[in-house]
Amino acid sequence: MSQASDGMKLAAYSAGTEAAPRTESTTVAEARRQMEICNACRYCEGYCAVFPAMAMRRAFSEGDLTHLANLCHNCKGCFHSCQYAPPHPFGVNIPATFATIRQESYAEYAVPRAMGRLFERNGTVVAGISALALTLVLLLVVALQDPSVLWSAQTGTGAFFRVIPYTVMVNLASLTFGWAIVAMILSSWRYWRGTAPRSRLPLSGPAVAEATMDVVLLRNLGGGGHGCNDLDDGFAQKRRWLHQAMAGGFLLCFAATSVGTVYHHILGWFSPHPFWSLPVQLGTWGGVLLCIGAAGLLYVKAVTDPAPVARRLLGGEVAMLALLFLIGATGLLLLAVRHTGAMGITLALHLGLVLAFFLVLPYSKMMHAPFRALALLRNAMEKRR
Amino acid sequence: MDFTRVWDVLVVGGGNAALCAAITARRLGASVLVAEHAPKPMRGGNSRHTRNLRALHPAPTNVLTESYLEEEYWDDLLRVTGGRTDEALARMTIRASQHAPGFLEECGVVFQPSLSGTLSLSRTNAFFLGGGKALVNALYRTAEALGVEVLYDTEVQHIAVEEGFAKEAIVSWRGFPERIRFRTVVASSGGFQANREWLRRYWGDAADNFQIRGTPYAQGRVLKDLLGQGVQEVGDPTQFHAVANDARAPMEDGGLAMRLDCVPFSVVVNEEVERFYDEGEDVWPKRYAIWGRLIAQQPNQRAFAISDSQALFDYLPSVFPPVFAGSVRELAGKLELDPDKLERVVADYNASVRPGTFNGKALDDCHTEGLTPPKSHWARRIEKPPFHAHPLRPGITFTFLGVKVNDRARVMMADGKPSANMFASGEIMAGNILGQGYLAGFGMAIGTVFGRIAGEEAARAARN
Ligand SMILES: Cc1cc2nc3c(=O)[nH]c(=O)nc-3n(C[C@H](O)[C@H](O)[C@H](O)COP(=O)(O)OP(=O)(O)OC[C@H]3O[C@@H](n4cnc5c(N)ncnc54)[C@H](O)[C@@H]3O)c2cc1C
Ligand code: HEM
Ligand code: SF4
Ligand code: SF4
Repeated sequence: MSQASDGMKLAAYSAGTEAAPRTESTTVAEARRQMEICNACRYCEGYCAVFPAMAMRRAFSEGDLTHLANLCHNCKGCFHSCQYAPPHPFGVNIPATFATIRQESYAEYAVPRAMGRLFERNGTVVAGISALALTLVLLLVVALQDPSVLWSAQTGTGAFFRVIPYTVMVNLASLTFGWAIVAMILSSWRYWRGTAPRSRLPLSGPAVAEATMDVVLLRNLGGGGHGCNDLDDGFAQKRRWLHQAMAGGFLLCFAATSVGTVYHHILGWFSPHPFWSLPVQLGTWGGVLLCIGAAGLLYVKAVTDPAPVARRLLGGEVAMLALLFLIGATGLLLLAVRHTGAMGITLALHLGLVLAFFLVLPYSKMMHAPFRALALLRNAMEKRR
Repeated sequence: MDFTRVWDVLVVGGGNAALCAAITARRLGASVLVAEHAPKPMRGGNSRHTRNLRALHPAPTNVLTESYLEEEYWDDLLRVTGGRTDEALARMTIRASQHAPGFLEECGVVFQPSLSGTLSLSRTNAFFLGGGKALVNALYRTAEALGVEVLYDTEVQHIAVEEGFAKEAIVSWRGFPERIRFRTVVASSGGFQANREWLRRYWGDAADNFQIRGTPYAQGRVLKDLLGQGVQEVGDPTQFHAVANDARAPMEDGGLAMRLDCVPFSVVVNEEVERFYDEGEDVWPKRYAIWGRLIAQQPNQRAFAISDSQALFDYLPSVFPPVFAGSVRELAGKLELDPDKLERVVADYNASVRPGTFNGKALDDCHTEGLTPPKSHWARRIEKPPFHAHPLRPGITFTFLGVKVNDRARVMMADGKPSANMFASGEIMAGNILGQGYLAGFGMAIGTVFGRIAGEEAARAARN
């Protein structure tokens, strides 16, 4: 049906109006092409923060595109409603393109830089490091303690540390977690600088408050209130709630560990704590939420319409969700079996997985948390310019 | 698919008008089959490209500001159609448009909270969140949940009509010839704007240079078929709605983003480097619809909007970047226009520009004197490099030819009698109300209002 247009001839005189710098990835050029279509169309302006932020711009630098990509919450609303989505020749697919740009930004701003390579096959990396960490913990137990602690029941104060000596546990954890935090902060700093607009924006209290609420409520996964395209072109809020269950659960687990540390060092109360104690309660509910959230998101991933999904990134995402689920599951299992002979091996598994999580933290999907939070903050600042 | 079944209602087409009819008929208990020519990913006709719907409202709603009453709506319609409308049908449609957003919301369509930003239409028009494709998606979901059967890749090729009674439809179902039997039929298959052969009859070779903004499936096959079997015709067959599109747009399905809003801030010349119309006659929302036809009347259906760096941010960005050059002469070279002539046109224009205070958002006092045609507003000298140009082509939105209907959406036969079992909604009958011209958002209003009526009447007629 279609005929040749004079596009070819005219394309010749538009070419060269915009010279792309050499270092840009093809995805960045593709994202720019798509944003230029969106900026003329603007049908999606009501979905999320990305489109109003786009409309403030005329040209899209690589930094702008990275910012917009990290601002995108991957709700897929703008894919299912796009009249230029494939099979239209314009082939607009913002969620998949932006997901790829996000991943590239995690790699680009990784600290140390060379570690950015780990994002290339992130699923394998996360799974491989998990296997290594598990092996390491088991080897440590066998080397440092009597291997029989792995299957004989340990009870009373300090039972856990008969499986893994306290100093080893604390040193390993603070070393790896400490590094993860340092690396994430440095990466975030590099990200913030790398995506900075030309003019400086003032940081204000209301901007910080707005960004915080955006994070807490994950507003941009709400599609303006009625929900997102979790599975297909219908609207739902499943991913939003599942994510908040998972992230909330994660934070509760983190709180449990922190309270445990305070108990240990300041109050002199040693684990295992009773079931109704604060750390165990926090850990239990945290673990339950973490498992529900991660399992739910894995399910959504398995059944969702694949068209707006960046398939290349699936490995890393699935591995991270599985790792989080297993951390939660082994934690709950530990609670159930802590007075039995299975405690030793369960604790070793749980700690091995947590160690793996700390190791991969700055080189995984988890970078989305600081980058997105910063993108939301920049957006809140831009709106107040 | 069971082709022996007799359906209560066959709906021809898969856009807004079709789905409103299908949903309404199904809710009244009729068995409904929708035959959509397009494959699933491209379903929804021109409706998938739309943005908003014009709705009467006596007071602010969650999606519309202030109020918009019947008399003002009617005046607006009268103005754009120059009186070529049917007052009774038009007023009925205007009144019923009040309930169109509510009906669509019930069908899962989400409207944007009233807008502040880009298009200042939120007083008269309700905007679909995500645009027409999101609307179409919601309507299909609702229809399917109600048990409406949908056939994609199904072209209705012929509806056998005998003395005003439609007997059966001959279709091509995924490439296979089949027949569909029904008690009543609703024709909602849009206009014929994508049918170049048909346009050629009136426009000759120029038709080859028309860009079709919307669906390539608007071939008008059912329209032609019905008009050939004693159905009464309305609307001027030679006329269409057209806008100024980017000349680099695809020839079909380029959608809204291909339109260019640069005209009021430019001077526009044709291939012969002659200006042909007052670019600043009125605000763009009131003028964009005449420029398509103006360009269609130029040699080779081409035009060029020429401007300088001052204007670049006065209009919405374009998908394809403008052509830039350091001088008017260089610009002419890039556009393959006569450089001497373009320099002269720009110089003459510059000389006629009177001082004024520029305001891109309102009718300002920047105008020319002693120039033909004049530029009545937003006239600034074109002098600050880089100079730039947008190449233009006509982008056809829809055609005006349609089937005559009465106020119950019943198709009228040439002998003046209503058909026993044929109904129509949407673009295919819009010519009853829109004899010429266009009001933004009125197409979807007609489609929704007549879709609901057609669905109701078809379901009722099927029961008897
Ligand atoms: C770019 C663009 C933007 C627009 N924006 C707006 C707007 O913002 N607001 C507004 O009110 N109007 C707008 N319009 C006009 C609007 O699209 C139409 O008025 C409206 O969509 C008509 O709806 P319809 O259901 O009658 O036709 P369509 O939506 O065009 O549906 C016709 C359907 O019939 C099918 N069909 C055709 N022939 C056959 C056949 N032989 N057998 C089976 N199926 C067939 C087609 O595949 C299609 O699904 C716009 C139009 C365009 C092109
Ligand atoms: C600043 C806080 C956070 C924000 C703004 C945020 C936002 C998001 C968003 C929008 C998504 C979906 C889009 C995508 O796949 O990238 C997502 C996915 C994800 N988040 Fe977060 N998140 C935050 C914190 C966390 C935390 C603390 C965790 C730890 C459990 C976490 C774990 C995940 C995981 C594993 C995914 C992938 C889900 C999937 O692939 O389906 N996030 N996050
Ligand atoms: S995603 Fe598609 S519909 Fe949405 S603004 Fe971009 S081009 Fe328009
Ligand atoms: S996927 Fe969702 S969050 Fe991302 S740009 Fe599209 S609408 Fe916005």
